[in-house]
Amino acid sequence: MAVTTDGPMGAASKTNQEAFDAVSRAQKKDILFATGGLIVMAIAMTLLLTLIGDLVIRGAGRISADFMTSYPSRLPQRAGILSAWVGTLYVMVVTAFLAIPIGVAAGLYLEEYAKKGWLSNFIEINVSNLAGVPSIVYGLLALGLFVYGFNLGKTILVAGMTLALLILPIVIVSTREAVRSIPKIIKEGAYGLGADQWQVMWNYVIPAARPGILTGAIVGLSRAIGETAPIITIGALTFIAFLPPPPVTGDFPFLSFAWLNEGFTVLPIQMFNWTSRPQADFHTIAATTGVVLIALTFSLNGIAIWIRYRLRKGYRN
Amino acid sequence: MVDDNMTLTKTNTAKVKAVEPDFDDEDTTPPIKPGKEREPLRARIEDFSFFYADGFQAIKNVDMPILDRKVTAIIGPSGCGKSTLLRSLNRMHDLYPGNRYEGRVILEPEGENLIGPESDPVIVRLRVGMVFQKPNPFPKTIYENVAAGLRVRGIKKRSMIDEAVENALRRAAIWDEVKDKLNGSAYDLSGGQQQRLCIARGLAPNPEILLLDEPTSALDPIATAKVEDLVQELSESVTIVIVTHNMQQAARVSHRTAFMYMGEMMEFGETQTIFTNPKHPRTENYITGRYG
Amino acid sequence: MPDNLIMFIAVPFGLIMAIYLSEYARPAVRETVKPALEMLEAVPTVVYGFFALLVMTPFLQNFIPGLKGINLLVPGIILGIMILPYVVSVSEDAMRAVPNSLREGGYALGMAKWQVATRIVIPGAFSGITAAFILGMSRAVGETMVLAVAAGQNPNLTWDPREGAATITAYIVQMSLGDVAYGTTAYESIFAVGLLLFVITLAFNVIGFYLRRKFREAY
Repeated sequence: MAVTTDGPMGAASKTNQEAFDAVSRAQKKDILFATGGLIVMAIAMTLLLTLIGDLVIRGAGRISADFMTSYPSRLPQRAGILSAWVGTLYVMVVTAFLAIPIGVAAGLYLEEYAKKGWLSNFIEINVSNLAGVPSIVYGLLALGLFVYGFNLGKTILVAGMTLALLILPIVIVSTREAVRSIPKIIKEGAYGLGADQWQVMWNYVIPAARPGILTGAIVGLSRAIGETAPIITIGALTFIAFLPPPPVTGDFPFLSFAWLNEGFTVLPIQMFNWTSRPQADFHTIAATTGVVLIALTFSLNGIAIWIRYRLRKGYRN
Repeated sequence: MVDDNMTLTKTNTAKVKAVEPDFDDEDTTPPIKPGKEREPLRARIEDFSFFYADGFQAIKNVDMPILDRKVTAIIGPSGCGKSTLLRSLNRMHDLYPGNRYEGRVILEPEGENLIGPESDPVIVRLRVGMVFQKPNPFPKTIYENVAAGLRVRGIKKRSMIDEAVENALRRAAIWDEVKDKLNGSAYDLSGGQQQRLCIARGLAPNPEILLLDEPTSALDPIATAKVEDLVQELSESVTIVIVTHNMQQAARVSHRTAFMYMGEMMEFGETQTIFTNPKHPRTENYITGRYG
Repeated sequence: MPDNLIMFIAVPFGLIMAIYLSEYARPAVRETVKPALEMLEAVPTVVYGFFALLVMTPFLQNFIPGLKGINLLVPGIILGIMILPYVVSVSEDAMRAVPNSLREGGYALGMAKWQVATRIVIPGAFSGITAAFILGMSRAVGETMVLAVAAGQNPNLTWDPREGAATITAYIVQMSLGDVAYGTTAYESIFAVGLLLFVITLAFNVIGFYLRRKFREAY
């Protein structure tokens, strides 16, 4: 086959009018693509925002001090979420105390100490797959192991442990990513000054990774707040008209852990319970509970996004 | 000068601003304008300036002829504007909002101004092809990579595309290496083969000018030598403008050389003259290795 | 059955939104929509259950005769909507990870934006996009509350989306609400069912993980 060479007019020859036409047709199609994309995005975002807006419109009217300080009741007009939000608070305290130290320690160990090899590779695959395990499976695990295996009962402690297990992968993965994103030069500089591995970790790595770790912890907790299925599975009660004993007491030693062993309910369970009732009045207070839940998770995630945004700006220079 | 992580919608391309050499450089000799060419021209760059969106003037009043079916090299220290000039010739700067051209880039023989308001940048890119610093084959088969430019032009006939693909691969001197794996992934090729594939991709639609932006900067010496041979062979059939950081490369492959410094074209002339008998003191400093 | 519906919504909407955000949208739009999507990912699933049962079902009953209060159609739609933010944000990340030099190569050949998007960006991000959809699907399969609330707990094998039927996860919830006694058949059965669920989602996740890693290696 002869290699054709073209003269000065080669590409500008007849075929080119066709080429110009094809290209300008393609350019016109771009407008269609852009408009279509915009429309699809507008539809999807509107749909999502409408659903949330609808919830707010239905429920926001019932938000009041009474609603926050009343126990659930058979009468929707008198029902409130006192036991639910207090329960959520207690469970979150347990979850945070377990998941954050263990998760951060595991993340630091995996990233800084563990030898790279098939074992760390295997652990990595497991951690990222654990993050994808349905939450209800964690609930079953907790039911079999904590509730019946260890005989801990259906308590705040068990719920906190279950949710801690659930968010552990999130905390581990974000800790590792935070550590990994620290410029190597910081660590090398510290080693160059004669610091040992522990000092480098404590004085340089952890402070530099703190915003990233914090983001992961907050996102994890916000997920835990919204989780319903595993808590139902371990058998949380849905109708609770009492509060666990307070953690601070008047007598020495002023601290009490009796609340750990109490029965409880949490916000999402309360909402689930009221949603499943046939009466429309209960649906309204379910919506109100939903508004409280969404406000909680949105503010937590908002803080996390804000921290990350600041972090990204900080590294730029 | 293209950062992989930047986004196309950012206001600007990543760019390296000119850095003053670190020795005391008080030379103020004005740029030497190119003389009259006797050889036929493919394009003329006249009084051309370029401004990035932030107002930074990367090219200052450049005049430069581009000879028909010859190799024109642009050399100069990092940040001198050589890549910026090259990317102006096929309107790549139009991908980012806010960039601005001044002056004329006249395509001969019709005399169309490529940067004029009446020129469509997409049509300009059909006529002026480009090969980039790092080989950037598409995530497709070898065949589809070469055919991509033809499909953009609305060519659908299989036999025509087959013929043009083979022709382009032959011209890029890579046909023998890939003819048995045309349907294999382009990423299975070595870096040097990928770059020659990208040259074939640029050649397939028969552009009037082919721009090469430091095409060997990511290649090893053997692959570099192959690409250089190819550039010389191709210059018999297509007009080539090459930007290079490597002066020896410019000396080996080009017929004309332009030396740029701080956005200005200091000197333009026959390659041999530029390298053996430079007229501008800055050109002499550069080719004798005093900066770069 | 709801699974088909989920993909019917999530795939086209997710893909188009991701392309729009990564290739067309102005930076200001993207910087607004991306965090908004992240926020939406945080909406508790029980809230989506509320949407399904009390918002979407009554609304669709106006148009679809014979749609029961408890059905499979609405949970399918709501789950599709629920995983959309996740799917869009992960596949948009994959598209943005395609090196810009490839896009410039396309533009240099005279391609229009949609040609660059469909001929270069999507093939380049293909495994990342697939991973996003598989992981999103795995989330939907493992999701409990929407189905427990709105699909019902009736062990009804049906292909009619207007009717209700139990799913794996809803079954576990139903059993748990009844306060399953330790050691009974019901107790054993929720573990068997949970194991099945675990295996199904694990398979999805392993495929998704593998694809994502393959994608990362490519660039």
